[in-house]
Amino acid sequence: MNRRPFDPRLLRRVPAARRDLAVLALLGVLAAALIVAQATALASVLATAFDGRLNRSALAGLVVAVAARSALVWAQGTVSARVAATVKATLRADLLGAVGRHGPGWVAGQRAGELATLAGRGLDALDAYFTGYLPQLVLSVTVPVAVLARIVVADWGSALIIALTLPLIPVFGALLGWQAQAATERQWRRLALLGGHFLDMVAGLPTLRAFGRARAQTEVVRRMADGHRVATMKTLRIAFLSALVLELVATLSVALVAVPVGIRLLGGGLALHTALLVLLLTPEAYLPLRAAGSRFHASMEGLTALDEALTVSAAPATPRAAEGAATPDGRGEIRFEAVTVTYERTTALRDVTLTVRPGERIAVIGPSGAGKSTLLGLLLGFVTPTSGRITVDGVDLATADPDAWRRQLAWVPQRAHLFAASLADNIRLGAPDTPPEALAAAVRDAALDDVVAGLPDGLTTLLGERGHGLSSGQRQRVALARAFLRDAPVVLLDEPTARLDTAAEAVVLDATRRLVTGRTALLVAHRPALLADADRILRIEDGRVTELTPEPTGKATR
Amino acid sequence: MSAAPESSATGPGPLDAVPESADAVAGRLTAERAVLRLARPYLGRLAGAGLLAAATEFAGLALMATATWLLMSAAGRPPLDRLTVAIVAVRALAISRGVFRYTERLAGHDAVLRMITDVRARVFATLTARRDAQHRSGDVLSRLVSDVEAVQDLLLRVLVPASAAAVVGVLAVAGAALISPPAAGVLALGLVVAAVALPALATVITRRSAAEVAPLRGALATDAVDLTHGAADLAAFGATDAALRAAEQRAGRLARLERRLAATGFAVDAAGVLVAGLTAAAVVLVALASDVAGVLVGVLAVGTLAAVEVALAVVSAARQWTQLRPGLARVAALLDADTPTPTPSPAPPVTDPADPHDLRFVEVSVRYRTGAAPALDRVSLDLPAGRRIAVVGPSGAGKSTLAAVLTGAVRPASGHVTLAGRDLGTYAEEELPRSVGGLLAEAYVFHATVRENLLLGRAGADEDELTAAVTAAGLLDWVRAQPAGWDTVVGEEGGQLSGGQRQRLALARALLAAPPVLVLDEPTEGLDPAAADAVLASALAATPAGHSVLLISHRLSGLADLDEIVVLDGGRVIQRGRHAELVAAPGWYRDQWLLQVAAERGYLALAP
Repeated sequence: MNRRPFDPRLLRRVPAARRDLAVLALLGVLAAALIVAQATALASVLATAFDGRLNRSALAGLVVAVAARSALVWAQGTVSARVAATVKATLRADLLGAVGRHGPGWVAGQRAGELATLAGRGLDALDAYFTGYLPQLVLSVTVPVAVLARIVVADWGSALIIALTLPLIPVFGALLGWQAQAATERQWRRLALLGGHFLDMVAGLPTLRAFGRARAQTEVVRRMADGHRVATMKTLRIAFLSALVLELVATLSVALVAVPVGIRLLGGGLALHTALLVLLLTPEAYLPLRAAGSRFHASMEGLTALDEALTVSAAPATPRAAEGAATPDGRGEIRFEAVTVTYERTTALRDVTLTVRPGERIAVIGPSGAGKSTLLGLLLGFVTPTSGRITVDGVDLATADPDAWRRQLAWVPQRAHLFAASLADNIRLGAPDTPPEALAAAVRDAALDDVVAGLPDGLTTLLGERGHGLSSGQRQRVALARAFLRDAPVVLLDEPTARLDTAAEAVVLDATRRLVTGRTALLVAHRPALLADADRILRIEDGRVTELTPEPTGKATR
Repeated sequence: MSAAPESSATGPGPLDAVPESADAVAGRLTAERAVLRLARPYLGRLAGAGLLAAATEFAGLALMATATWLLMSAAGRPPLDRLTVAIVAVRALAISRGVFRYTERLAGHDAVLRMITDVRARVFATLTARRDAQHRSGDVLSRLVSDVEAVQDLLLRVLVPASAAAVVGVLAVAGAALISPPAAGVLALGLVVAAVALPALATVITRRSAAEVAPLRGALATDAVDLTHGAADLAAFGATDAALRAAEQRAGRLARLERRLAATGFAVDAAGVLVAGLTAAAVVLVALASDVAGVLVGVLAVGTLAAVEVALAVVSAARQWTQLRPGLARVAALLDADTPTPTPSPAPPVTDPADPHDLRFVEVSVRYRTGAAPALDRVSLDLPAGRRIAVVGPSGAGKSTLAAVLTGAVRPASGHVTLAGRDLGTYAEEELPRSVGGLLAEAYVFHATVRENLLLGRAGADEDELTAAVTAAGLLDWVRAQPAGWDTVVGEEGGQLSGGQRQRLALARALLAAPPVLVLDEPTEGLDPAAADAVLASALAATPAGHSVLLISHRLSGLADLDEIVVLDGGRVIQRGRHAELVAAPGWYRDQWLLQVAAERGYLALAP
C-alpha cells in the first residue's frame, strides 16, 4: 500500500489543484511566521509587564498577529476545502470517464461495485485528508524551521538543543509506528472477524428466528462483542503507548532547553524577553510534527481512496477505432472466422466459425458459463477476439467505428440496468429526442402499456436507483421497449425470460416474437420457449459451437 | 476500527451527516438521554475517564502557567530555594500530563467498548423481540450496525472532551479569580464565547451544510452506480457520453457548493483563534490596570491562552455531535420503542412432540398497508399432520405471504390460523419454530463453517444426520471435495459459494431441522431444471412420513405425488386439487403446465 503522505501523481493528474496547493504551502509559511510573531509580541508584552508597565505597541502587535493568524486559519481551511472539492470532482470525472473509455467489458463484475463506491462516497474520504492532514503536514515543516530561525537569532544555544532533539520525534514516531502497525496487522483478522460478527448476526436475524435460535444468539453476540473489545484494547494499548513516548520525548526536549535558560536567567546572563520567547516558542516546534503523525492514521482512508482512484483512472485504454472508420451495414451477412476468446484463466470460445445470414433467427443454447454471452459480447464490441475475426457485410468489426456499428444493434440483456430517471428516459436511452408517438408505439409493442397505466405518473414516473419499484418482468419489458425504439436490423437477446415466472414469461415472449420479426436475431435461451421460432439452433458447450436441427416443440406435449 | 486513538479532526470536515428531520430536533436530547441510560453501569469508569481528561488538560495549562511564573520570577534573581517548589511542580506536571493522557485514553476506550458490548447485545435482543423487524431491509439493518458505533463516538469525542473543557474552564476561572477578579471575569467571558457561542454556531452551520450537500452527494452516488453497473446498457445504446456529461456537471455543482460552504464553516475556526488572542490581550490590559504583580500578569496571559485553547475543543465536539445525532436517534428509537418486554417465559411445551400437528387456515386475510390490495384474501387451507401440499401461482400471488403467516412473521388482519387447535398467536416466540419452519425466502447463510451453518437447524446433530441432510440437498460431493470438509468457511453471506450451492446449503439446514410442519419456499431456486427436479424429489423423500410439507414453487414439476396443490392468484385461491385433476381441467394450472412441458421437453429433446 502507498504510505507516502503526499501522492505526487496528484499534481500531474489534477493540474487545477496545483495553484491551490502552492497557495496552501505559502499559507503554511505565513502561518509559521505569524506563530513566531505572536510569541515575540507576547514575550515583549510580558517582559514589560514584569515591571508593571504596559507595552502598547507590543500589545497592538500581539492583537495584529492574532487577527492575521485568524484570517490565515480561515484561508487555510477554505483553500484546503477548495483543493478537496477540485480533486474530488476531477477524479470523479476521470474515474467515470475511464469506464466510458474502457468499455463495459472492463467494468463488468465486481469492479463495477468497487468503482461505483469509489466514485460515489469513497472519494469523500479525501475531505479529512485535505482539510485535516495536509495543512498540518505543511506546518510540520514550516513551523519548526521558523521557530529555529527565530531562536537562532535570540539565543543560538537553545536553538542548537532544539535542532538536535527535533529529529527524535520522527525517528521515534517511525519506530513506534511500525510496532503499532505490526500489532494491528497481527490482530487484524481477528478484529475483522469479531467486528463483522454483529453485522452477520443482524443480517441473518430472520433466519435465526425461523429456527428459534435468535434469543440463544444474544449471549453469543455479547461474547463476540466482548472478544472484540479485548482485541481492540490490545492494539490500542500499543498505539497509545507510542503517543505517550512521543509526548514524553517532546516534554523532555523542552525541559532540556528550558533548564539552561532558567539558570542563565538566574545568573543574569539572559534577558527576560529572550527567555520568555524561548519558553513560548520551543513547544511550538515539536507540536506540529506530533499532530501530523497522529492525524496520518485518520487520513489513511482518504489516501487509500486517492491511490485507488489515481491508479484505476490511469490504466491505459484499448485504442478505439480511428475517426471515419468504416461502418458495416447490419443488413449484411455476419461471419465469425475462427474466433477464439481467452479470458485470464478460461477459454470462453474456441475456434468458432459461423455465418449468420440476413433475416435469420438463431437460437443459442448451452449450459451456463459455456460462452453464450461471450458470443453476444463479441458482436456488441464489449469483447474482442483473442484470435480470428468477425466481419459484417465484409467489414472487420475490429476496424469499424463501434458507436456507428452499435447503432445497428438492439440488445436485450439478461438483466437490463434501469437508471434512476423517468420511465420514459429509461426507454429512450440513447435517443432522448424520440417523439411521443414513437415512444408510445414502443411501449405498446413491448406490452408495457398496462405497466405504464398502473404507475402513478405514467411514463414520467421516476424510477429509484437501479430501477427500484419495477418487478423483473416489468424491467424486461422496459428493455424490450428500448430495443423496439432502436428499430435496428440486428437484434441480440440474452436470455430475456430468465428469472421470470411462467406468466410474465408468456408476455415477454409475445413481445420478443414481435421484435424479431423481419430482423436478424441472435437469441440466447436458457428456458427455451423461444426455440420454436428459431430458424437454426446453435449449441455451445465448453466454448465449441455445434448446430442442432430444431424439433417441433408441439410434439413434446403430453 | 473506529476506536482510533487520534484526536478528532478539526475544521468543518466531512459533511456526511444526514439532515435531521424536524421531529428529531423537536425531541430535544431524548436520543442522548437514552444512550446515557445505557451508559449507567459504566458511569464510574466514564466519569473517571472524564476526570483524567480534565486532569490532562489542566496539567498542560498549569505547566505553561508555572513555567512562566518560574521564568519571570527567575528574572528577579531570587534565592534558588524559593523556586524549588515550582521547579518540582513543572517536572511533575510535564510527566503527569503524558501519563494522564495515556490512562485517560485507555480508561475511556475501555469503558466505551464495554458499553458498546452492552449496546450490541441490547440492540440484538430488541431486534429478536420485535417481530416487525423481519420486514426491515438489509440496508436498514446494516446502517443500524454503524449507528451503534455512533454511540461510541458520542462518548469519546463529544462528552469526554466537552466535560473536560468544562472542568478546566471552571478551574482556570477560579484560579484567575485568586489573582485578579476582574481578569477572571474577562477570562470567563472568553471561555463562554469559545465553549458555548462558537460551538452553537458550528452546530447550526454543520447541520445546514449537511442538509444542502446530502441530496447532491446521494444523486452523485446514484450517477456512479448508473455509469458503472449500467455501462453495457449505455454503450450498447450510445448513451455513455451524455450520461458522463450529466454526472460531470453534477460533480462540478457539488464541488462549487462544497467550496462555498467551507468558507462559512472555517470562519468559526478563525473566530476561535481570534477569541483566544483577544481574551489574552484583554486579560493583560485588565490585570495591569488593577495593579496585578508583573509575574502574575504573565501567568494570567499564558494561562488564558491555554484555557481558551482547551475550551475550543468543544467546537470540534459540537460538529461531531451534529453528525452523530441521526444515528443516535435511530439507536434510541429502536431501544426505546418497546423496552424489550421479556415475552412471558415460554411455558413448558404443552404440546407433546408426538401430538398431531394439524394446521388450519380459516378465511385468512393479510393487508400490508391500509388501502392496498390484500396480499391474502380469505384463504382457507387444511394441513393435517403428514399431508403434503404445494402452493403455486404467478409472482406476487401471495405465496410468500402465506409462508410468513405460517411461521408467525406476519399476523392475519382477519381470520385465524390454528396449530394443534391453538391459535398461532398464542404460541410463544421460541415455541413455534419447534413445530413450524424450514427454508424461507431469503435464507441467510452465515459467515461461518458449513457445519456451523447446518447445526443452526438442529444443534447437536451428529455426522450421520449432517451427511443425510446434505445428501438429500445434493451438496455432499461438494463438501467432500473441500479440503476442510465440514469446516469449510463459506465467506461473508456465503460469498465463497455459488448461488446453487448456497441454496442447497440452506435446504440441507431446513431438512436437518426437520420440524413437524416443513415449509419449503422455492427450494430449488437458482438450480437448472434437471437438478431442480432431482433435489426436490430427494428433499421430499428425506422428510419423515408423519411430517407435513408446504411447498411453495413457481415451477410445476415434481408435484404429481403431492396430496393437494393450491393455486393462488392475487391473494385468492383460484384452483385446488391434485396434479392429475388440475392438468385435466382447463385453467391457469393446465396452461402453465403445458407451457412448461413444451419448453423443457423441447429443451431436453435437443440435448444430444
